[in-house]
Amino acid sequence: MLAFALKRLGLAVLVTFTVSVISFSLLHLSGDPAAAIAGENATAADIAAINRQFGFDRPLTVQYTDWLWKALHGDFGESYYFKMPVADLISDRLSITMLLGVCSISFALLTAVPLGVAAAVRPNSLIDRTALFLSVAGQAMPSFWFGLIMIVVFSIKFRLLPPSGSETWRHFIMPTVVLGYYAMPAIMRLTRAGMLEVLNADYIRTARAKGAGAGRVLFKHALRNAIVPVVSLSAVQMGFMLGGSIVVEAIFALHGAGYLAWESISRHDLPTVQALILIFSCFYILFTLLSDLANAWLDPRIRVG
Amino acid sequence: MANAPALTAETIVAISPGAMLRRRIFGHYGLLFGLSVLALVVAAAVFAPLLADHNPYTQDLFARMKPPFWMAGWDPDHLLGTDQLGRDYLARLLYGARISLLIGIVTALISGMIGTALGVAAGYFGGKVDLVVTFLINVRLAMPVVLVALAIVALFGGSLQIVILVLGFLLWDRFAVVMRSSVMQIRGLEYVNAARAIGCSTTRIVLSEIMPNVVNNLIVVMTLEMAHAILLEAALSFLGLGVQPPTPSWGLMISEGKEMMLFQPWLITIPGVALFLLVLAINLLGDGLRDVTAPEAKG
Amino acid sequence: MSETILNVEGLTVDIPLGSGTLHAVRGIDFALKRGETLCIVGESGSGKSLTSLAVMGLLGKRIQVGAAKLEFEGRDLRSLTPRQMQALRGDRMAMIFQEPMTSLNPAYTIGDQLCEALQLHRRVSKAEAMAQAADLLGKVGITAAESRLQQYPHQLSGGLRQRVMIAMALMCEPDLIIADEPTTALDVTIQAQILRLLADLKREMNLALILVTHDLGVVARIADKVAVMYAGEIVESGTAKAIFDAPSHPYTRGLLDCIPVPGKTKPGEPLGSIPGIVPSLVGDVAGCAFRSRCALANDACSETIPKRTASGEHMYRCVHETLISEVA
Repeated sequence: MLAFALKRLGLAVLVTFTVSVISFSLLHLSGDPAAAIAGENATAADIAAINRQFGFDRPLTVQYTDWLWKALHGDFGESYYFKMPVADLISDRLSITMLLGVCSISFALLTAVPLGVAAAVRPNSLIDRTALFLSVAGQAMPSFWFGLIMIVVFSIKFRLLPPSGSETWRHFIMPTVVLGYYAMPAIMRLTRAGMLEVLNADYIRTARAKGAGAGRVLFKHALRNAIVPVVSLSAVQMGFMLGGSIVVEAIFALHGAGYLAWESISRHDLPTVQALILIFSCFYILFTLLSDLANAWLDPRIRVG
Repeated sequence: MANAPALTAETIVAISPGAMLRRRIFGHYGLLFGLSVLALVVAAAVFAPLLADHNPYTQDLFARMKPPFWMAGWDPDHLLGTDQLGRDYLARLLYGARISLLIGIVTALISGMIGTALGVAAGYFGGKVDLVVTFLINVRLAMPVVLVALAIVALFGGSLQIVILVLGFLLWDRFAVVMRSSVMQIRGLEYVNAARAIGCSTTRIVLSEIMPNVVNNLIVVMTLEMAHAILLEAALSFLGLGVQPPTPSWGLMISEGKEMMLFQPWLITIPGVALFLLVLAINLLGDGLRDVTAPEAKG
Repeated sequence: MSETILNVEGLTVDIPLGSGTLHAVRGIDFALKRGETLCIVGESGSGKSLTSLAVMGLLGKRIQVGAAKLEFEGRDLRSLTPRQMQALRGDRMAMIFQEPMTSLNPAYTIGDQLCEALQLHRRVSKAEAMAQAADLLGKVGITAAESRLQQYPHQLSGGLRQRVMIAMALMCEPDLIIADEPTTALDVTIQAQILRLLADLKREMNLALILVTHDLGVVARIADKVAVMYAGEIVESGTAKAIFDAPSHPYTRGLLDCIPVPGKTKPGEPLGSIPGIVPSLVGDVAGCAFRSRCALANDACSETIPKRTASGEHMYRCVHETLISEVA
């Protein structure tokens, strides 16, 4: 188990490093950052001055090692637009995105897992069809459009929920539903497929032959085995949700890290974008790492080699 | 006397594989629905100039925000009304289908080629090649797609070509994952070993022994990634960092309409429903194809 | 004569299919006393596994089970609620399955799974249950029982897992054990050990054992009584001695001819086989199901087949009154 964890950790570090190299070079090669900072009316001299000031005239590798060295010490540079340290800027905003992420994944799991189990227990029943419809619709629903429709219905028509902001828990209801619904279909489908497979397993018959009741068979014997792949999927979905948070936060004017990403990209605020890509990647890598460890712990075939 | 048994070995054999496939296709309502809607959208996109009386770019400031036909005060000249610049909404919707389909198809082709090449190499050669490809897949999955795509498109300047290229180079991961595992399953089978034993070249084995057996999976992933790309383009354009105005992209139409959604909600519902239906159709087609070609993998 | 544990008359199992109803078990009778071993023999699809699952009440809701009499220890199983049936399962009647590799839950330790069988039916502490489990693991021939209890199924071989399954069936000291092809998935050497274990445990604990198998070698070794099933019917039943000494149904004879007998079967001589396939049981079935494969078949075989008594308990279903042993 320890060897497994260490190996997994090493891989995670390597992936993080590669992601940072790729995103750094992509951003620096895809445009002239100095021109972006200087604005439309800048002269060649202005741009040269900015290049010197921010060190864009140095070789890319030097810029990268410099950036990485500082990033490892928690210094992501200064935001061009907000004129404050990127690290402070992001840490201010991250809590809202984290809260949204936790709410959304909980919402997704709390709806998807029971629905998936119910659908698997009664295939082709009304509940199975409803679950299938919800998941097919969810996969095709553009989340930004879903968000707008919710605002039209719940904020404008019925005046039930505030359309934007993050002051109270009521502000989080619509963003949670929109972002959670984005992750729900995949989790629901996997739970259903996993339960269908497990319920046909021989050990389920063994449990019934022992005299275990329907509930015990379903939850203790079946769900325990079907949930293992759902854990890893949830971690992956949580990572994807960070990306989705950009759209959702933009719609509901929720000033979290996703909104910050949108703002800083629109304003070509390179240090902020750079740091956000790295942080979002790190979160994804962390989630998948944790889920692998959780799986190893849940599945004795990995835990006890 | 024993009555004629309903299912004997003879009656099972009598159904040809083709008839079996046809039976499965026509018994699959999702597949049929997806196929019909997709065919409609393709037809709308191809025949857009014939179907629309108006140019999608022509502004008419005297005919702004005309309501669509189901609302009072609609103009027979503009079936789906006009937007805030007086452009015909039906024309924009029809031409928008071209954008979405173009993005979906070209992106899926680019990412399909990258992902298939990587996945097949990993699955066929295994060992170090597999390690490298798996690592690349991990790296790619760790990069937040929306964020990276937005950033690159923003820096390069949004245009249809840039959006297609960026998405094409970002969305190859699922192709690689699926192709890798499909090829791995086939690689060890007897007939592949037989081909190797009689001295077939690697290229030949991959092209004529392996690819025909994984092409089903490839097509299924392709449909799903098409849908994914269409949704992402719409989201990018909605955020103002994808395709730029005045191009009639559905995402952009929703973005432009959202200022008016308080009073003219149809400005966002029409392109939204179109987007939803198109993505739904492609997804149902993909799911249906998977069910029909590999019924055992249903789920 | 000891008490009758199980008494089954006219048991039917019907499976509704898209193309009609599959009459998988068509009115079978058998009875079993404490201390007896009944072997149900037949090829795959003959309905022998369905019979055992029907007795345990483990068939799905879709499958219809009918019987003129289905008595277990004097209680009518047909009148029990699902909950009462559940209370009997694993307590008074237990089952051992064919696939030891997949019949144990991979997520729980052997100890947990053994204890569950006891704790579902008795108010005992976990420690008491564990003690009982360790004791039984020793009884089924597993050494170092204490450490095995902490292990997971994937750490055990197939033979060990089947011993665990047997121990699990014994946790509540049941009166009836149904073993459905318990040795089929195991190596030949392990098969013999498991069979001997089952026979010993049956004697020691004085329980009734139903062994479902397609292997006549197993039957010869362990059975007191034999029921030969073909196409959902018992075509011949009786004591093991009667069946082996004087097989009376052409199908039983055919089965016995498939086994090479040392000294009797000459080298190079082809082994016996029964040509043809089992008929479909979908829709109405009448007459002898074996007639299409039977060398002795005549027009009478498509009429209702009488049940004949050869001697004492030895019964068979055939139109031919006396077996023409020379012809078969």
